[in-house]
Amino acid sequence: MDSNTVIAVVSIATAGLTIGIGCMCPALGEGRAVATALSSLAQQPDASATITRTLFVGLAMIESLAIYCFVVSMILIFANPFWSHVIAQTGGK
Amino acid sequence: MNLTSDQVVLWHYGFLKLNETIVTTWAMMIVMALGAKLITRRLATEGRISRWQGALEIIVTAIEKQIKDVGLDQAEKYLPFLGTLFLFVASCSLCIVIPGYKPPTGSLSTTAALALCVFVAVPFFGIGEQGVVGYLKTYTKPTIIMLPFNIISELSRTLALAIRLFGNMMSGVMIVGILLTITPFIFPIVMTALGLLTGMVQAYIFSILSAVYIAAATRVSKPKSGLQSQPGPNHLKPAH
Repeated sequence: MDSNTVIAVVSIATAGLTIGIGCMCPALGEGRAVATALSSLAQQPDASATITRTLFVGLAMIESLAIYCFVVSMILIFANPFWSHVIAQTGGK
Repeated sequence: MNLTSDQVVLWHYGFLKLNETIVTTWAMMIVMALGAKLITRRLATEGRISRWQGALEIIVTAIEKQIKDVGLDQAEKYLPFLGTLFLFVASCSLCIVIPGYKPPTGSLSTTAALALCVFVAVPFFGIGEQGVVGYLKTYTKPTIIMLPFNIISELSRTLALAIRLFGNMMSGVMIVGILLTITPFIFPIVMTALGLLTGMVQAYIFSILSAVYIAAATRVSKPKSGLQSQPGPNHLKPAH
């Protein structure tokens, strides 16, 4: 296998792993956050404005982790720097 | 496939390049500024109030209330900055119903610029509220050991603001683009509707996080007294 193939295989496999694991763990975290927020909403409906706002901000924080993973996998697939480096080198020869 | 709209160059002359992001951003800015100017040209306080003025008043008072809820008591001082951030991000994501439009917030340069504005605004408002020394002291709270971590969190939350908005907007465009090639009929519309929802949520999150950061920087430390003064209404903790 030349380096082109190695880079392609590793990039694609890593992108899949990244988005897979990177979606799973934030999903667990978000589920816990929403469940807790729901139970506290049921206990104290008066504080719903505060709970909802804090929940939104917290969810955005957790979700941004998944978004990081998504960005990394998109970069690996569509804008891979190592791939372009190898292409430029072989094109230069 | 283009990852961002930065790569679509519409016009270039020498080293000057005009890409799609710049064009869309300026179009959006012109539309928003002209619209606001047109609506606020004839403001009425009594008698018949025009519909547009009513709509704008709803938006402005809602933003002001949200800012107050975060813990910034002088909301009118922060309203121009935070309101502009919210309105720009929100209208950028609302316009995805226009065919052929790519949101300028789906490019990392735009979101980095917005996040840098927040990065500059936090010390600006903080120094304005507590003075240079008072603001710099907040970096050593609760102890001096936390100084490097506070500085790192200042940088990392700016990066997080930029990447979060970019990732959300870019993923919305990209999912619709991929779905168009697989199931071109109904499903992309559903995902576009979902994109509208996430766009509004992201606009809300972006501005509320900026408000939280500014609130954390401008909170004047009160001298400790025996009787704890009543805690502020709903202070959100700074995120990082």
